[in-house]
Amino acid sequence: MSAQTHKANAPSRELLEKLFRTAYKIRVFETEGIKLYRQGLIRGYFHPYLGQEGIATGVCAALKEGDYIASTHRGHGHCIAWGADVNRMVAELLQKESGYCRGYGGSMHIADISVGNLGANGIVGAGTPLGVGAALAAQIKGSDAVTVTFTTDGASNNGTFLESLNLAAIWNLAFVLVIENNQYAVSTRIEESTREVDLYKRGLSIGVESYQVDGNDPLAVYNLTQEAVEKCRRGEGPILIEAKTYRHMGHHVNDPGKYMPAEKLAYYKDRDPVDRARNALVEMAGIDATEIEAIENEIKQEFEAAVEFSKASREISISEFHDFVAAY
Amino acid sequence: MAREIMYRDALREAIDEEMARDKTVFIIGEGIAERGGSYKVTEGLLDKYGPKRVRDTPIAEAGMIGVGVGAAIAGARPIVEILYIDFAMLGMDMIVNQAAKFRLMTGGDGRVPFIMRTQGGTGGGVAAQHSQSLEAMFYHIPGLKVVMPSTPSDAKGLLKYALRQPDPVMFLEHKHLYMTKGMVPDGEHIIAFGKGDIKRPGKDVTVIAWSNMVPRTLEAAEKLAAEGIEVEVIDPRTLVPLDKEMILTSVAKTNRAVIVQEAVRRGGVASDIASIIQEEAFYHLDAPIEIVAGLNIPIPFNLELEKASVPQVDDIVAAVKRSLHAKPVAIAAE
Repeated sequence: MSAQTHKANAPSRELLEKLFRTAYKIRVFETEGIKLYRQGLIRGYFHPYLGQEGIATGVCAALKEGDYIASTHRGHGHCIAWGADVNRMVAELLQKESGYCRGYGGSMHIADISVGNLGANGIVGAGTPLGVGAALAAQIKGSDAVTVTFTTDGASNNGTFLESLNLAAIWNLAFVLVIENNQYAVSTRIEESTREVDLYKRGLSIGVESYQVDGNDPLAVYNLTQEAVEKCRRGEGPILIEAKTYRHMGHHVNDPGKYMPAEKLAYYKDRDPVDRARNALVEMAGIDATEIEAIENEIKQEFEAAVEFSKASREISISEFHDFVAAY
Repeated sequence: MAREIMYRDALREAIDEEMARDKTVFIIGEGIAERGGSYKVTEGLLDKYGPKRVRDTPIAEAGMIGVGVGAAIAGARPIVEILYIDFAMLGMDMIVNQAAKFRLMTGGDGRVPFIMRTQGGTGGGVAAQHSQSLEAMFYHIPGLKVVMPSTPSDAKGLLKYALRQPDPVMFLEHKHLYMTKGMVPDGEHIIAFGKGDIKRPGKDVTVIAWSNMVPRTLEAAEKLAAEGIEVEVIDPRTLVPLDKEMILTSVAKTNRAVIVQEAVRRGGVASDIASIIQEEAFYHLDAPIEIVAGLNIPIPFNLELEKASVPQVDDIVAAVKRSLHAKPVAIAAE
């Protein structure tokens, strides 16, 4: 149960293309979304997933319909990897009625319970007990669904991390906890938050099978998650996965991230998860530059169309709002 | 037909019947499975429904409440039993920031049929961390239903309703009530939220009370009746939603209102009910609204001091008399 490096074993072109498409779609969503934010079209908070795309991409590719995910405040990537409709995502960020939450939730609260997305969360660490709860519901209903909670290094120092992972353990739940260790709790370095920076060891201490993976390698994340999910479906859960990664910028759009050392940022940018997904597709599936460009253009156009869709959408009316909240 | 049973048995019947009806109902808590719970509410349920649906938990309130909320979001119907309402404070993020918010944050699509059963109030010297009446903390949070049954019949009917409606419910029992007896109707017995109950009709003064203050108020009413004063005792049963109509109708009839709560006076539900009455029934009032409440202090251990900290029968009697004997101020005609 020590840290392991998983090697890809002859991944299919289909898988490689899926991984690249997802990672690239997140990259476009965040990059273009930041532009919309700068233009004043998106209000409130916006926590970009830039640099961490490999994790949501690899994890969600290993799940199937009927499974559940719970996300974080940095949740756009998880929603996209889970297959969310970009139109409805952009519309939510633009506070439109056609958005996932009709403009009531915003960036930190996109959820779609109809497809098992328990939602992003504005409270760091809250997704862990909620995810364990979904796994418990699945066990009680006798379903083979697996629940993945994406959590963070910051959240691993919160009490609910231990409380809920321990509940998952004593009840043998089909639950995978993925710690996205981007090495910062907002701006506080992980070394200042904990003495043991290899967070997968937290799971070992309570008898949870635990692994560590390079979060910037979508294929490695996929392979490890695939194994974890299979174990869970066999009743051998829960599993903890620590995926090491690094943000490409500060905590949110308005945080310049001056505390992030240039050398370290450069190190991780050299290991960019989107580039790695693209290279894997080129090298392992033999796809040429023209095909890559076609995929990229398709994704960019999808985003542009989503912006148009959202701009054309209306906002919820005050009278609809009053009708909705009358029950409170 | 009806039977006389104890409050705790009424609660058990509700859980039992709903677990039999709906396979997604389950219950978790500390010592609730094999031991049957500190107040014996869950006795026998483990044998009947098995360890999948009746589970003991570690002492981890934030985790167990959070897991319950997550299970509710995912379509199950969890009951999380928290030994003392004081301990629910460890799980406030999950109640306040998750369960209460989810419906609105998702634009209405996400529902959280999560039930937290717990108990509060003073009782026999369990001191400051096991005696609080904290309903106002939940009352203050939009998105939560707050239920405080005072009788076995209400306990059963309201808990059954809670297990069929879609929103998070703070089901607040009282440690003094578990062994009290009352008549409970046979057969399917369900009480919808938002409907108060007139526990004793009267014409002179309206007294609003809930939870363990209801039997105490009824005792006061009995004493007052001996002096020829007829109070109307209204038990809202659910604080959220609140049966304003019943309260306002009664005040319109008696022209006087006394509100009794065990919780501390400051920032309490009684204050809010008083503000509703003055806002919506001001011209019916012949006297200032009286509030009988706990002192603004933590509950002391010493039994006499404990009693002195929360409303007693004589306090209620005195408040009713103050209300009745208040002199209306004549307003000079223009």
